[in-house]
Amino acid sequence: MTVRGTAGIPAPARTAIPRPVHQPAPTPPGAALKSRRTSSWLTALRYVGLWLLVAFFLMPVYVLLVTAFKDPGDVTVTGIFALPSSFSLDNFTDVWPKLSNSFRNSLSLSIPASLLSSLLGCANGFVLAKVRFRYANVVFPLILFGIFVPYQAIVIPLAQTMTDLGLRGGADRTGGLAGLTLIHIIYGLPITTLIFRNYFVGLPDSLMESARLDGAGVLQTFLDVAVPLARPAFAVSIIWQFTASWNDFMFGAMMTTRESWPITVALNNVAGGQSIPFGQAMAGALLASLPTLAIYLLLGRFFLRGVLAGTLRDN
Amino acid sequence: MEGDWLHQPPEPVRRSARMRRVPGWLAGLGLMSPSLILVGVFIYGFIGWNVRVSFTSWQGLRPVYDFVWLDNYTALWNDARWRTDARNILVFTTVFVVGALALGFLMALLLEKGARGEAFYRGVFLFPMAISFIATAIVWRWLLDNGSGADTAGLNKLFADLGLGFLRSDWHKSDSSWAIAAVALPAGWALSGYVMALFLAGMRAIPNTFRESARIDGASEWQVLWYVMRPALRPVTFSAVLILIHISLKTFDLIYALDQGNLKIDTPSLYMWFTTFDGGFYDRGATIATVLLIGVALIIGPYIRYWLRTERR
Repeated sequence: MTVRGTAGIPAPARTAIPRPVHQPAPTPPGAALKSRRTSSWLTALRYVGLWLLVAFFLMPVYVLLVTAFKDPGDVTVTGIFALPSSFSLDNFTDVWPKLSNSFRNSLSLSIPASLLSSLLGCANGFVLAKVRFRYANVVFPLILFGIFVPYQAIVIPLAQTMTDLGLRGGADRTGGLAGLTLIHIIYGLPITTLIFRNYFVGLPDSLMESARLDGAGVLQTFLDVAVPLARPAFAVSIIWQFTASWNDFMFGAMMTTRESWPITVALNNVAGGQSIPFGQAMAGALLASLPTLAIYLLLGRFFLRGVLAGTLRDN
Repeated sequence: MEGDWLHQPPEPVRRSARMRRVPGWLAGLGLMSPSLILVGVFIYGFIGWNVRVSFTSWQGLRPVYDFVWLDNYTALWNDARWRTDARNILVFTTVFVVGALALGFLMALLLEKGARGEAFYRGVFLFPMAISFIATAIVWRWLLDNGSGADTAGLNKLFADLGLGFLRSDWHKSDSSWAIAAVALPAGWALSGYVMALFLAGMRAIPNTFRESARIDGASEWQVLWYVMRPALRPVTFSAVLILIHISLKTFDLIYALDQGNLKIDTPSLYMWFTTFDGGFYDRGATIATVLLIGVALIIGPYIRYWLRTERR
């Protein structure tokens, strides 16, 4: 690994998906009329296609919303697409007591997990991009592969280890929550490392130069220069990691007791059975999705960058 | 020279009196060491441990570390449920990957020239990525519900109401051995926005001049698509296919919450979970997990190599 650091485009200026370039196409004179007619047809067709797709993507949301806000007596399987005849929050008030505890659990594990995983990932990314060490070209691909490892392949040893450490389920004071947080920190490391590494590769070395000339060592440069510079990458990494740990199901199901269930496990328990009133199932699904949806709506562009980073493509 | 860590390759430590600091590469390694240890133990150590378990006859809660050679692998090969699962995951992967790829490409193509309100469309297509598979499955299990026959529920009712009755289906509860293909519907709903984002970024990276010069030469829109866009998008397509295959092999939560215990939509990742943690067959669970890992590694290993090589250029 020799020269790192790319064309010198400051990464904050890079957007994940560039805007289209509007350029009036110079058309050959004879074709002008014909091409204008086809292009207006094509434009109309494009919008029809887009709206059909919007309908497909929002149809489940429509069903969820109309069902969740119906009066529980109004909710029927056959009336799944019918608008509510009355507006009611009863489904929410019925399902919330079954979810509130796990909602808090998920918050108390996802927040520290995303912060700590990002901080460690920042250190790794900085070292991999800006400090050369001998085996970096072996270490980096190995960390990368960690993003893709199916969790089934580590879950038996993980369950054993967590049991032996007394961190799993009822043996633990937190009912497994502490161990679950640790698990999310660890298995988040590959993706957070990649996010920061790609970010730092995009920063010109000159940004670190002055610290170096002042005689600052690696650690000091990391703390004083790299961490403050990496704010956009922190946004991507924390958002991505929060979403991942909030939405995790498998580790939560393996690690926790009923009182310490994360939201996904509680939701599956409440809404997964056939006997549950499905107005409550829909209200529960909505409640469980609110935090990540809110983040998505408010900070979507950072979310998108996290999405693309997970594909090893962010540029 | 001290402090020159930014540009120097790692050098042997020089023991001069002026050397007060640790050399840069060592400090760097120190900064990374917590993560290196954690990743080393919890990913690679555990993978090795799991492979070791796949060579034992461990059943029940108490670990057994004997050595039974490849017995578990041959048993799996002859296991009827495994064979069904292997077929299921093949069907699911094919339908899901082709479907999500086509849908994602279509969405990117429709947005590529810049639709008015593009951010809105993109937001709608991508938002399922922010939602857990559990919540997704809970909504879709009602949409894929048959009701009490006669198209009284879910999508079937919608189709009947719209005069599209010929589209009705028993979905994942169908008797057909293709029932698992129905799971591609919620999975595609959840993930084709991701494919769109990939393709859209890829399309926007093609210099506009390429397309314009083709048009000036009299190429039709289809020809531009086929001769300019298609070759330029090959790397993105390659990424998308491999990523989708690997996601498909790992799909767990979605099927678990959609209809757990329905063997028509059973897959290796679910079989592993149930046989290990409900059945106590750690030997078989570890074996399935190892096969799954090999499958993912065969897809992702070359992909990582390819990415690192293109990046270095």
